[in-house]
Amino acid sequence: MKILVCISKAPDTTSKIAFTEGNTKFSEDGVQYIVNPYDEWYALVRGLELKESLGGTVTIVTVGTAADEPTIRKALAIGADEAVRIDAEAKDAFQVATEIANYAKGQGFDLILTGKETINYNGSQVAGMIAEHLDLPLVSLASKLDVNGVTATCDKEIVGGLETVEVQLPAVISCAKGMAEQRIPNMRGIMAARTKPLNVVAASASELNTEFVAYDLPAPKSAVKLIDPENMDALVELLHNEAKVI
Amino acid sequence: MSVLVYINSNAGKLSKSAFEAVTYGKMIGDVTVVTNGSTGDDILSSLGAYGAQKVLVDRSFDGTDAQQLTRLIGAAAEATGAATIVFSNDLVGKAVAPRLSVRLSAGLVSGAIGAPDADGKIKVNVFSGKAFGHVKVNTTKRIISLLPNSFQPEEVGGSASIEAFDGNVGAPGLVVKATKQPEGGVPLPEAELVVSAGRGLKGPENWGMVEDLANELGAATACSRPVADIGWRPHHEHVGQTGVAIRPNLYIAAGISGAIQHLAGVNGSKVIVVINTDAEAPFFKAADYGIVGDAFEVLPRLTEAVKKFKSAN
Ligand SMILES: Cc1cc2nc3c(=O)[nH]c(=O)nc-3n(C[C@H](O)[C@H](O)[C@H](O)COP(=O)(O)OP(=O)(O)OC[C@H]3O[C@@H](n4cnc5c(N)ncnc54)[C@H](O)[C@@H]3O)c2cc1C
Ligand SMILES: Nc1ncnc2c1ncn2[C@@H]1O[C@H](COP(=O)(O)O)[C@@H](O)[C@H]1O
Repeated sequence: MKILVCISKAPDTTSKIAFTEGNTKFSEDGVQYIVNPYDEWYALVRGLELKESLGGTVTIVTVGTAADEPTIRKALAIGADEAVRIDAEAKDAFQVATEIANYAKGQGFDLILTGKETINYNGSQVAGMIAEHLDLPLVSLASKLDVNGVTATCDKEIVGGLETVEVQLPAVISCAKGMAEQRIPNMRGIMAARTKPLNVVAASASELNTEFVAYDLPAPKSAVKLIDPENMDALVELLHNEAKVI
Repeated sequence: MSVLVYINSNAGKLSKSAFEAVTYGKMIGDVTVVTNGSTGDDILSSLGAYGAQKVLVDRSFDGTDAQQLTRLIGAAAEATGAATIVFSNDLVGKAVAPRLSVRLSAGLVSGAIGAPDADGKIKVNVFSGKAFGHVKVNTTKRIISLLPNSFQPEEVGGSASIEAFDGNVGAPGLVVKATKQPEGGVPLPEAELVVSAGRGLKGPENWGMVEDLANELGAATACSRPVADIGWRPHHEHVGQTGVAIRPNLYIAAGISGAIQHLAGVNGSKVIVVINTDAEAPFFKAADYGIVGDAFEVLPRLTEAVKKFKSAN
């Protein structure tokens, strides 16, 4: 089983979100980066579990600059065998997917795993784009993944329910909650990660289909209106006449 | 300008997000809808009321296989010469729109919450709803995938012609082995009203009062992450940064502290009501209406008040 896991970095979930340069750039001031939770908790851990039971290798790939290396090392500490960094600043899902597809082509990966979405741009785009580039089937937002021989069986969410699907390998799978349990790296993993290979490859200069040109923050909420807990008729009245939501 | 709108009609009926997508397409140009499956012409033609002029339907396959739909919508885009293709950013849209984007070399804007402005920039949610971004598309064709519940469907009157269309879709990429049907109730991502509860409810046996209020309102139920993690509630109810992001008209949160990761998934709600014993709970800062009180008393009282209101109206 040759597994490729796509890893991105994301600001720590408690980060203060602010913008600079006339609201055109995300302010990295005081921001701590983490491995995008869906990539780490679900895609990577399930990839490692499959390797542990079926044998094989887990390679992680990131489209990013040298600044991404601490998060790449963290993913290595959790147990990936080797890392590849495609040397470009990630700006757009199409660019990222094209770089990863170009890298993966012809390397014989049985599974390409991604997270459900990045928690900064929330596009949920990269997995489908890689699949189309490589003409592979995609299981989108899988919450369970098992491999038997040349097929994978997945549970995936459908509106209000679940579907069990079977797909021929190789395939691309985007991983959502339920697939695995978060693993905390231990000291041995952290030490080992320092010497695992991190190969930097040149980008193939794919173009940008989309660009974020400006940002803004939501208007601050006005102060909360407190309601007497004894008087829920008053709340219902406000929800009906003032807020007009019921 | 010709706009193509993909609609999932596989449930045999049309959902609100279908009407949202047609309404959105109508703001940009002349709308042709593309869909598949066996839903009746009478149901499909109701899209005309929202401004669709034509519905192309491929009756050769059912279901929502992403590879088949990509071929179908790609063929329809070519046939209509549409420069803009609109999806709902639901579970099907999330699987199909990225594939189509590569197939058509069309820039994809996912999670749109605004119409294209004068320079074509489109507003989307970023950082899990903590901020907005404005996206410029550099390609001649573009795909826009709408965040559900961001646009009010608007009836404009009119009727749509139905035309058979062969998308030449080939074989599906996935084989569906089993389906667990929705367990009644309102699916969370589409719900306009949501009642949610957290660790403050102490245990799963106390969720009856959450469900009672939800039933009375016709609302969906949701929960905070620890509640799903301990197994008090199913995972699909978990809302927040790492769960489902929702934007209902009304979000009622009982016994939830309002951690930043929770807020990230619900702060798109139009109106937020918070019930918490702790007046200092951070959630009150994000709330429109706050009740400092015990959920065990307030929830049943609120259910009664809704019941009374409904019988009086
Ligand atoms: C990377 C990361 C991602 C995360 N993602 C999410 C996410 O997506 N969604 C999410 O929800 N969380 C998420 N979390 C967890 C989040 O930080 C909080 O821990 C969590 O939201 C707290 O859940 P809670 O409010 O139910 O519980 P608590 O924080 O324990 O709050 C319980 C609240 O109930 C109140 N209370 C107690 N008794 C009563 C009563 N009788 N009546 C009324 N109120 C009462 C208390 O005053 C308290 O405010 C994430 C955390 C991390 C680190
Ligand atoms: N720069 C990147 N490098 C490698 N993988 C990425 C990158 N950006 C996104 N991904 C992968 O694609 C998934 C979906 O990202 P997105 O489409 O941006 O929501 C993430 O969960 C990652 O697995």
